[in-house]
Formats: sequence, C-alpha cells, structure tokens
Amino acid sequence: MFDVFALGPTGWGDEMLMGAVMTVLVSSSSLLLGITIGIIFAACKLSNFFILRAIAEVYTTIIRGIPELLVIYLLFFGGSSAVMYLAKIFGYMGYIELNAFTIGTIAVGAISGAYSTEVIRGAVNSVPKGQFEVGKTLGFSRYSLYGKIIFPQVARIALPGIGNVWQITLKDTALISVTGLVEIMRQSRIAAGSTHEPFIFYTAAIILYLLITRLSNIVFDSAEKKYSKGYVSREAI
Amino acid sequence: MYESFFKIVEGIPLTLQVVSISTILGIFLAVAVALMRISGSKLMSLPAYYFVYLIRGTPLLLQLYFVYYGLSQFEFIRESILWPLLKEPYWCGIITLTISTGAYSSEIIRGGILSVSKNYIEASGALGLSKAKTFMLVTLPITVRQALPAYGNELILMVKASSLISIVTLMEITGIARTIISKTYAPVEIFLVAGSIYLAINFIIVIFVNLAERRLGIEKAT
Repeated sequence: MFDVFALGPTGWGDEMLMGAVMTVLVSSSSLLLGITIGIIFAACKLSNFFILRAIAEVYTTIIRGIPELLVIYLLFFGGSSAVMYLAKIFGYMGYIELNAFTIGTIAVGAISGAYSTEVIRGAVNSVPKGQFEVGKTLGFSRYSLYGKIIFPQVARIALPGIGNVWQITLKDTALISVTGLVEIMRQSRIAAGSTHEPFIFYTAAIILYLLITRLSNIVFDSAEKKYSKGYVSREAI
Repeated sequence: MYESFFKIVEGIPLTLQVVSISTILGIFLAVAVALMRISGSKLMSLPAYYFVYLIRGTPLLLQLYFVYYGLSQFEFIRESILWPLLKEPYWCGIITLTISTGAYSSEIIRGGILSVSKNYIEASGALGLSKAKTFMLVTLPITVRQALPAYGNELILMVKASSLISIVTLMEITGIARTIISKTYAPVEIFLVAGSIYLAINFIIVIFVNLAERRLGIEKAT
C-alpha cells in the first residue's frame, strides 16, 4: 500500500514532498507580500487623509467579502494582460506571461494583505498613547519615533495575529492549484489520477498540511515567547 | 455586462440553497461537538478536539476532494446506502461545508458556553431546575447572545466558502462566472459583477446579524 510513496521514479513520495516545499514557498512569499501590503494599508487606515482611509476601507471590505477563488480567477485570467498594459505605458510592446507561482503569490498575498491590515492596525492602536507623546516630547523625528519606538512594539503585539494570518494563507494556497501550480493539492490530484488511489493521496495531503501547521505553530509559539520576554500580560497585573 | 449579469444572477439560488442547508445542519453538528468538548470526559472531548483540529488545519478544497473523490474509491462505500448522496457533487458539497462550519462554529459556541457565569448555573440549580432545563433556559440564551457576533463572521465565511463547490462542477455564482471568463476573456468585468453579488449577499447578512444583535441587546464594543 505504501509502494506508491516510494522515492524516485517508481513512486510519488518525492513528488509529494516537493509539493509540500512548494506550498511552504508560495505561502511564505504570499505572507511576506501580505505583511508589506498590510503595513501600507494599516498606515492608510490610520492616516488623517479621508481618501487614503477610504481606499484602504474599500480594499479590505472587498477582499474580506468576496470568495478567494474569484480573486485568483481575476489574476489568473487578467494578470498577464494587466502587466502587459502597464509595460506598454513604459514602451515595452512584447508578450509577457506571468507564471503560476507569481500569480498565486500576488493573489494570495492580496488576500492575506487584507487580514494583515486589520491585525497591524489593531496592534498600532494598542500601543499606549503615552509612547507617542513621550517620543514627541523627547524630540524624536516622526521617522525615528515610528522606526525605533512604535514599530518594535507593534511587531510584538501583532505576532499572534500574524500567526493566524499565516494559517489562513497556508490554506488559501490550496486554491492556487486551480491555476496549475504544483503544490500539495495539485500534486495529490495528479498522483490520485494516475494511480487511481485518491483516498491514499488525499490522506497524505491532509497529513502534510497538518504537519506544516504543527511545525509553524511551534515556530510562532517560540517567537512569541522570545519577544514577550520582560512583558507581563495585562491579566496578570 | 448586462448579459453576464443576468447569467450570473441565475447562480444565486444555488449558492443560497447550499449555504443555508449546510449552515442549518452545521449548527447541530457544532452544538454536539461543543458539548462533547466541554463534557469533562476524555472519551468525549478528545475525539471532538481532534476533529476540530483536523478540519481547521486543512484546506476546505482538500476536504471537498477527499469526500468527493477519495471516498468513492472504495467498493463498500459505492455499495452502501450513502452512495446516492456521495456520488452527487451537490451533496458532497453540502456534506463538506456542513462538516467545515460545524468544526469552526463549535469553537464559537464553546467559547459562548464557557463565558456563561457559574453563578447563573448555581442559581438555577438552587431554584430547582433540572440540568436539561438549566441548559435550555439559562445557558443557551446567554450563549446565543455571546456567540452571535462571531457567528455572523462565520456566516460570511460560509458564503465565501460555498464558491469552492464550483470546482466539482456545480454552477453557482463562481461556477457561472468562471465559465463566462474562460469564454469571453473579460475577467475584470465578470469579477466586478460576481464580486458585487457576493458583497451584496454578505451586506444583507451583516444587516440581519446587526438587527438580531440589537434585539438581543448586545452592546457593540467600540
């Protein structure tokens, strides 16, 4: 029964593991893109300009209100032509095709960006107001106030929330399989189709996802412990 | 744009139907799982814990493939009385969505039950109410109040999740949208149409949940 998972050309073991590596790669790059988007849009949501706040509000409402699959279809079918349109403005007339990895990263990154925005905004809001005031009183520039005082605290407070976003992102990457990127989901479909053993391969995929979840929980837990050293939780006071 | 709008609108009944059937079935599953988890007996709470862990730790698409393709591999399932259900993508979609929302909502309900103050339970015991009556008349109403805001989010997630059944050939909103996109190659237009329909559905859900919250006297945290 386990012959089908043999390594090398006779079985699907190494292919499934490569699929897991691809899932981790595309999830991590999506999360990084998502956090970057999250920082920008959280800044927009907290800004004094109405237009910026409105743009950020529209973005998070749309992403959180429509199915992830639609966002992926939009980029899958429209991503390349959008890039070509932009390239034309800069004078490049050739044909550009985005690969499945790039499309997947942008799509899932845009989705996790909306969730990260809320996490980061919440974290900035929970930094005590006194910190901002003291920084200003001590003559910190806006740049170093945010860079040296606010950002480190935001990172610490946002860490558990980002852990949740990572779980969502990890699961959302399964949807990229519809665009042809060979990650766990796609690989188990291919293997199930060619061996006529769907049960075994989907079970293997479930185990791989649970393993990745378990491992990332350990990483996030230890990071949380490390960065909350010297802090006492509010309940304890 | 008008043409595609009218085509996509035809998918709304199927989306709503699948979402409502699995949500209603899912509530029963969720209450059962939540009660198992807080039962205090390891024999009950451990299976419930692992069930929730399994469902929350894996993608919904994988669960759907598992139910639709994985189970049908076996002869004994194809001969069982469940086969008429499991061979239909429609019922596989409903089963998968029910299991998924059952697991996620059980956590919401468990949180709600645990938030009921012990004093109330003791008071109703002192007043001579049976355990079942205490649950129905005291615990449950407070749980509903506590859990409603989070459950509203779960409803929106269900509407979004229902789009996945288009992958097993069901022609609901996303399924029709995808077909039109691959024919016309007008992704932005179709995205706007289908996306607005989803936003409208979710907006209506938010309004109803807010109304229910106000009726139950839930104060909005500001």
